[in-house]
Amino acid sequence: MKIHEYQAKEIFASYGLPVDKSYVCKNVDEAVKAYREIGSPRAIVKAQVLTGGRGKAGGVKLAKNEEELRKYAAAILGMTIKGLKVDRILVGQAVNIASEYYVSYIVDRVSKSTILMLSKAGGMDIEEVARTTPEKIHKIIIDPLVGVPDYLAREAAFKLFDHMDHVKQAVPIFQQLYKLFVENDASLAEINPLVLTDEDNIMAIDAKMTFDDNALYRHPQIASLFEPTEDEKKEQNAKSKGFSYVNIGGNIGCMVNGAGLAMATMDIIQLYGGKPANFLDIGGSSNPTKVIEAMKLLLSDKNVKVVLINIFGGITRCDDVARGILEAFKIITTDIPIVIRLTGTNEKEGRALLEGTDFFVAETMGEATRKAVELAR
Amino acid sequence: MSILIDKNTRLIVQGITGRDGSFHASKMKAYGTKVVGGTSPGKAGENVDGIPVFNTVKDAVKETGANTSVIFVPAPFAKDAMMEAADAGIKLIVCITEGVPTLDVVTALRFIKEKGACLIGPNCPGLISPDKSLVGIMPTMIFRQGGTGVISRSGTLTYEVVYNLTANGMGQSSAVGVGGDPVVGLYYQELLQMFENDPETDSIALIGEIGGDAEERAAAYIKEHITKPVAVFIAGQSAPPGKQMGHAGAIISSGAGTAAEKIAAFEDAGVPVAKEPSEIPALLKRKR
Repeated sequence: MKIHEYQAKEIFASYGLPVDKSYVCKNVDEAVKAYREIGSPRAIVKAQVLTGGRGKAGGVKLAKNEEELRKYAAAILGMTIKGLKVDRILVGQAVNIASEYYVSYIVDRVSKSTILMLSKAGGMDIEEVARTTPEKIHKIIIDPLVGVPDYLAREAAFKLFDHMDHVKQAVPIFQQLYKLFVENDASLAEINPLVLTDEDNIMAIDAKMTFDDNALYRHPQIASLFEPTEDEKKEQNAKSKGFSYVNIGGNIGCMVNGAGLAMATMDIIQLYGGKPANFLDIGGSSNPTKVIEAMKLLLSDKNVKVVLINIFGGITRCDDVARGILEAFKIITTDIPIVIRLTGTNEKEGRALLEGTDFFVAETMGEATRKAVELAR
Repeated sequence: MSILIDKNTRLIVQGITGRDGSFHASKMKAYGTKVVGGTSPGKAGENVDGIPVFNTVKDAVKETGANTSVIFVPAPFAKDAMMEAADAGIKLIVCITEGVPTLDVVTALRFIKEKGACLIGPNCPGLISPDKSLVGIMPTMIFRQGGTGVISRSGTLTYEVVYNLTANGMGQSSAVGVGGDPVVGLYYQELLQMFENDPETDSIALIGEIGGDAEERAAAYIKEHITKPVAVFIAGQSAPPGKQMGHAGAIISSGAGTAAEKIAAFEDAGVPVAKEPSEIPALLKRKR
């Protein structure tokens, strides 16, 4: 789960991390009020949207006077960045930057640990830095049983700073950032850039955090910050019914048991020249209500012209699945053709139960997919 | 032979009195796995399908000589269960539980390594050495004893591949579901090495998916270290970027972790990649 920069800065500040003085605003009047509050002529105006690349999209501007601030605030509010409407901006003091750095904690799949990533190439797209000049990025593996002791934070700080005064400021920043990363079950806590100002102060002028969805149950306050998009609302609704759903935009609706098989089903539809409408993993169960709910979800997508049900009967036997499907379609009426592929435990019995119905029944994934693609044309 | 589990596996089930724990304990026992005990704090002295229940893993190990554990406890308690097993001297810990917080796994894994144990999962279907032992939730009837080792990040997709192998007369030495989360225990490299060293294994099927770069690293490892034929299927070629496809680990982020990159890595390493799961048996046979 992602949160906005201003929300991440609030968390940073609550852990004592130095952040620039800033105010979140929903309209130009609020922006002007914030500008006067800050009290310095130069102010930065930043779009608050849950995506990267705000700067490139024109969502970050430096205002040199109140008139410019009004102009930029009005322009950025109402902008659409990567399909997301900007309804909030952050107005902050413009600091005098001497140099910029990159700092983050992230869960690393390779070392299976949290790592501290550091770079003197701050303020840039870090993925680009990693691709073109990987030697500019330092990675420090954090032992979860130890955390970030002083010596380790010092080692890290010396990679970025030469003066002891700067190192002393950076050490608690690295330690507190780790603390907030772990205590909030983040999957990313990033400062890009961390800046050294002309006045010799180190502070975070941007803040980015994402959180582990699996851990939100123990962080209700963070969970309450979730702002789902329309697609995410549908996904969340599906999740509450025990499904995993992602809309893809094609016309062949898929209902599959298991995430890997669901992905493979979409792939094979594409391989045979069709367009999958969605990813839908209904889990392992023959419960008719689950099939009914899944069908409702698929049919709510008006692009769907065919439904492909791909079930591998493991512990749930195919004959039970077939009975569940028959039960469900006593309640659901639709003109949309349904292709069913049942394989696995008791598959012959399962397919026999579906004989003489309107369903197109197939034995293999290839056969079922070809049929679905043909029907969708 | 086989890898990780066989007739000598002595298994305990953590969370044996729960719905999933008791159901699968019976299934594993029926398959012939030596399920020697289970744990459920406060329920010592009870039994599930004739399997004795203990309060702690230490008690269970002491009484039964268990060397392997399978975990069915709910996600908030999985970290504790993994650590309890490691501390009790269990050498192979298999965590089936889905939805375990990533940092819990990071911490538990560190502790497990410290204790000299191995972890499989979480969020995995477990593993099977056909006709010898089942530790997990895999549907046993599709498996046959044989020579193909199977490694997979997904459950049902593994079954799909195994089904095709068995239908083509190719049995399995062992099949391991490593789990669909970003951080899990044993992974491609360790398992490829085990299959390479296992005399009964004559070929290896690897089933990967989008997210991370483990497949790319596996491809490099196969090129350098694996002499047995390997065939691969990668799920998620049609997945859009930035969306999590069911498994917490299956997400393409900032253009990295795509199926195309993974397929290219295997092809560069000379490993054939199946367009659909049903092609795997032919790809493995071709190379024999």
